[in-house]
Amino acid sequence: MLNTKSAPAQARDNLISQKVTNLPPSGIRKFFDLLSSMEDIISLGIGEPDFITPWHIREAGTYSLEKGYTMYTSNSGMLELRQELTNYLELHYGVSYHPEHEILVTTGTSEGLDIALRAIINPGDEVIIPSPCYVAYPANIILAGGVPVLVPTNEENNFVVKATDIEAKITKRTKAILIGYPANPTGAIMSRKEADAIAGLARKYGLLLISDELYARLIYGAEHICFPSLPGMKERTILISGFSKSHAMTGWRIGYVAAQRRFIEALAKIHQYTMLSAPTIAQLAAIEALKNGESEVEKMVQEYNRRRRLMVKRLNEIGLPCFEPKGAFYAFPSIKSTGMRSEEFAERLLLEEKVAVVPGTAFGPCGEGFVRCCYATSLSSIEEALRRMDRFVKKMG
Amino acid sequence: MKEIFEILEQNGRATPEQISTMVDKPVGEVEKIIKQAEKDGIILKYKTIINWPKLGEEHIWALIEVRVTPQRAVGFDAIAERIYQFPEVHSAYLVSGTYDLAILVKGKNMHEISSFVTEKLAPLEMVQSTVTHFFLKRYKENGETFYLPKEINKRLPITP
Repeated sequence: MLNTKSAPAQARDNLISQKVTNLPPSGIRKFFDLLSSMEDIISLGIGEPDFITPWHIREAGTYSLEKGYTMYTSNSGMLELRQELTNYLELHYGVSYHPEHEILVTTGTSEGLDIALRAIINPGDEVIIPSPCYVAYPANIILAGGVPVLVPTNEENNFVVKATDIEAKITKRTKAILIGYPANPTGAIMSRKEADAIAGLARKYGLLLISDELYARLIYGAEHICFPSLPGMKERTILISGFSKSHAMTGWRIGYVAAQRRFIEALAKIHQYTMLSAPTIAQLAAIEALKNGESEVEKMVQEYNRRRRLMVKRLNEIGLPCFEPKGAFYAFPSIKSTGMRSEEFAERLLLEEKVAVVPGTAFGPCGEGFVRCCYATSLSSIEEALRRMDRFVKKMG
Repeated sequence: MKEIFEILEQNGRATPEQISTMVDKPVGEVEKIIKQAEKDGIILKYKTIINWPKLGEEHIWALIEVRVTPQRAVGFDAIAERIYQFPEVHSAYLVSGTYDLAILVKGKNMHEISSFVTEKLAPLEMVQSTVTHFFLKRYKENGETFYLPKEINKRLPITP
């Protein structure tokens, strides 16, 4: 029955939730729209590998389709994959998880991040994040009903968040610290000493640590610190990661969460009602990636490293100072010498020289004065892009 | 050091300056290593892969299985040398299995290859028999594919 007494339609202009209405759109989006109308652009604005998934992994995916693996898997993911994941984590980071109770296979690392936050946050709980950071962190926290608390990082500290700065932001409502090193957008990594200090804080204040280690394998001449491997941290760390960057599998949407059973059970509750299970074809491809993918990973890392050296050297040469990023595939040069703000720089560089970079402000207010340049693109593109940027900077100076 | 050669193998035109940045070594040192390698026969030659069919220049290729009689003291090497010095021979290998030498031959047309086999190769004293396989289609050569579309950029221009 129609309720004739309900309010007229125009009075009910609140069909979209307040939370979503207030959520700012991703700073990257605006650029995307501008870009899509242009041609002959060299894009350093991409956040994914330029390699296609290695053939043996694609072949495993194709084979799984031929064999008819088109059904759901167990909510937590195929046990074989979870077993391979525990072997992998043990082998690379010396941290051991139980394949049946402590691993959850997710639809990309993004899902892991989302459900980890939703599983732990009560309305108004605060989650501390370093800034600048991956664009989804604050949004995910807000959507989960929490409050993102930004801790600024800076060039002087190579964009690594300091434990003392985090401690200053801890309140009674602080629930967790969410960090991701190697970092998007800065390429920063965390040393053992720095990680130890943050682990110490988590233990001291009884905080949870959500560690996004998606870029763990893309690290150059340094050691990756896996947070749950630090003393007393396995019981208070939710480790999220995936295959997108290490195995060039962004489009497959496959990731995982590793944590103690109580956390995994909580996350699995959300996962079973929302995602059910990660794509079956991607799970089978991921098993192949873990079993036989190591040499391909190493090849890609070596190639990224060559490009990284080229990009960082050239950026410094053309007068856009850049600290040495030792992880991920981003350089985060300062553009302050041009006198422009990040957004203006990125917009004019795109219009005048057809090179796309992402303004640092897309990753938080602390990104002002910087731009993100991705070097996951061919050496010749990097060289040409840097030639154009050189011309652009000279014109400004 | 190995990395320098890996880079050059992929791109023979990479300059010492570019290589020096990529491997994080001084330009002078890279130049020295390359010069020495050229001298020592580690770097044999700098070549370019040309897609000749695109220029309308078609070549005919054949793999020839050759069974030979090895000779006392020199084994297969002497007869192999007799064969591989013919300019028609592009590559030559001693192989295990049902025949002894695998020879890759390049010619302008089928006639050129068959006359090489019948007039030069088969009459050699040590050659017992030959089997010629003409190539019908080239899919991949020296790691380069001929039919796959090359690295189409399917990525969106900006992603998080």
